[in-house]
Amino acid sequence: MAQSNIMPGFRPAISFTLVYLALIVLIPLSAMLLKTFELSLDEYWAILTNPRVQASFRISFGAALIAAFVAGVFGFIIAWSLVRYTFPGKRLFDALIDLPFALPTAVAGIVLAAIYEPRGWIGKIVMDTLDVQIAYKPLGIVFALIFIGLPFVVRTIEPVLQEFDTAMEEAAASLGATRLQAFVKVILPNILPATITGVALAFARGVGEYGSVIFIAGNMPYISEIVPLLIITKLEQYDYAGATAIGLTMLILSFLLLLLINGLQWWVRRRSGQL
Amino acid sequence: MSISVNHISKHFGAFTALDNISLEIPEGELVALLGPSGCGKTTLLRIIAGLEQADQGDIFLKGDKVTDKPVKNRQIGFVFQHYALFRHMTVFDNVAFGLKVKPRRDRLSDADIAKKVHALLELVQLDWLHDRYPDQLSGGQRQRIALARALAVEPSVLLLDEPFGALDASVRKDLRQWLRNLHHDLNVTSIFVTHDQEEAMEVASQVVVLNHGRIEQQGAPGDIYDHPANAFVSRFIGQTNVFDLDEHDADWLQTAGLLTAQQKGKIAHVRPHDIVIEKSTADSDAFVTLKDWQHLGSLIRIELVKSGAAGQAASVYAEMPNDQFRRLHLNRGDKVELRIRHAHWFH
Repeated sequence: MAQSNIMPGFRPAISFTLVYLALIVLIPLSAMLLKTFELSLDEYWAILTNPRVQASFRISFGAALIAAFVAGVFGFIIAWSLVRYTFPGKRLFDALIDLPFALPTAVAGIVLAAIYEPRGWIGKIVMDTLDVQIAYKPLGIVFALIFIGLPFVVRTIEPVLQEFDTAMEEAAASLGATRLQAFVKVILPNILPATITGVALAFARGVGEYGSVIFIAGNMPYISEIVPLLIITKLEQYDYAGATAIGLTMLILSFLLLLLINGLQWWVRRRSGQL
Repeated sequence: MSISVNHISKHFGAFTALDNISLEIPEGELVALLGPSGCGKTTLLRIIAGLEQADQGDIFLKGDKVTDKPVKNRQIGFVFQHYALFRHMTVFDNVAFGLKVKPRRDRLSDADIAKKVHALLELVQLDWLHDRYPDQLSGGQRQRIALARALAVEPSVLLLDEPFGALDASVRKDLRQWLRNLHHDLNVTSIFVTHDQEEAMEVASQVVVLNHGRIEQQGAPGDIYDHPANAFVSRFIGQTNVFDLDEHDADWLQTAGLLTAQQKGKIAHVRPHDIVIEKSTADSDAFVTLKDWQHLGSLIRIELVKSGAAGQAASVYAEMPNDQFRRLHLNRGDKVELRIRHAHWFH
C-alpha cells in the first residue's frame, strides 16, 4: 500500500475490519474446527452418516429452501403492494413487516404453534377442511421459517422496486406489450436479482433458525427434528465433539449454498446487463 | 388530419393542466408543443399517447377515435424524456421489443425481425452498438436508440417528450438537425414537447405555444415570430424590448420613431434587430448611452441605457451584424441615436 489512495483512512479501516472479522467470525469458527479435530475421520464420518443426523439435515435444509421460495413469492407480492398501491393503513402494515425481526423468536414460535396446532384457530379450520395438520409436523417448520424469512425478502425487494423507472413500463405498453408481457419481460428481470438476494437471506436465516421452530416442529427424530436442535441435544449429552462435527458440516453446507446463490445472482445480473 | 385533439381538459386536483384544448395536426408535420414548465405540454402529449386520461374531450388519430383505447393499441411511437430504455436488454433487444411482443399471427420471423432491427439501427447510425447495454451508451446514443425502438413498430404518429432536454448543448445541436432530416426522410407525423423556443423554431414545421393549459398561438415558426398573437407569445419567442406607454417618456418614444398615430395599444414590443443605432454627432439629440455589447457569433448584442420618465435607468437591447457594428467605431459610454423600425402593439 505504498501508493497513495484517494480515499483516506485505508489503514485504520482495513485494520478494524480484520480485527473485527477475526474476533467475531474467524476465531470462533476455527475453535469449532479445532474441536472437530478431536475426532478421527472415521468417527466424523460415522456421526454424519448416522440416519438420524442425515434426516435432520434433510429437514433443516429442505424446510428452509421451501420456506425461502414461498417467502420469495409472498414477499414479492407484499413489496409490490407496498410500493405500487396506496391503501388505508399502509404505514402500519409496512411497520408490521419488520415484526419478525424484533420479536423474540421463541415468542413467535409459541404463538405460531398455538394458532396452527390441530385445535388452534387456524389449525382447526385447516384440519377440518383439508385434513392437514400443520403444527408438530415438518409443515409446521416451513410455516415458522416463512414467518421468519418474509421480512428479508420484502426489505430487499422494496427499495429496488421503488427505484424502478415506471417509464419503462409505459415504454413497453407504447410498444404494444400487454400488462403481462410488460411484467414478465421488463419488470421481473429488473427485480429478479434483488429477489434472489432476499430468498438467499431468508434461506440462510431459516437454516440456522432455532427458537421459533422448536415450539411448532414437534421435534420427532427422523421426522421433524432440525439440525440446531440435534446440536443442542448432543451438547446436553456432553458430546461436544459430536455437536461441533455437525455444526462444522452445517457451516460448510451453508457456505457452499450461499456461494452457489451468489453465483446464480452474478449470472442473472450479467445476463441482464447489470454488471 | 392526422392528429385531432377535441376540447381536451385535464385537472390534477384543483390545478387545471389543460383547459379545453383543441388542435388539428395535418399529416406529415413535425410539430413542437412549446411552453414554459407547468404549461401542460407534456400532459397533452401523454393524453395523445394514451399514457394519461383526459377528464373531457376526445383524441382522434387518423380519423379513428382513440380516446378510450389503451396506449398499446394506439399505434403510436413514444420517446421518453429520459429514454426509458430497458436496461436489462441489449440495444438490439430494445429495438426488437415492439416486434417480439406482437401476437404470434402478426409477428415477423426471427430472421425478419433481425433484419428490420439492423436496418433501424443503421438508420440511427448505431448498428455497431447492437450488443451493448443502455448503461454503456452516451446520452445522445440512448436518445437515438429510443427513437429507433419507437420507430420499430411503424407508428402512425411519433411523440417525443423533451427529446433533447437531457443532452449537453453540442450534442443537442447535432441531434436537432438530425431529427429534422430523419423526419424529412420518414415523413411520419410527429409531435415533440420542448420549453426551448430556439429548439422549436429550428426543428419544427409547426409550433404550438401553450401557456397555463391553453393554446396561445399555432403556426409556422416564421409566422409566430413575425406576427405574435399576444404579449405572452411575443415575449416567449425570441428576445424582445418592452415599452409601456404608461411608464415611458412619450417624447423619447416619438423621437425614436415609435410613437405614431396608428399605434394599436399601450404596450410596444420591439425585437432587438428592429432597433437601429447610429453614432450621435449633435449632443442634443443623443439620448441613449452605449453600456456594453456581447458577441453572439455573426450578431452583436448591444446594451443601451436610457433614463426613464421618472429618471430611473432602463436597458434597451439592440442587435446588428458584426461588421456593421465595427464600422460604427463605438466605444463604451458613447452617446448614440436610436431609431425603432417596427413594433408589435399589445393592450
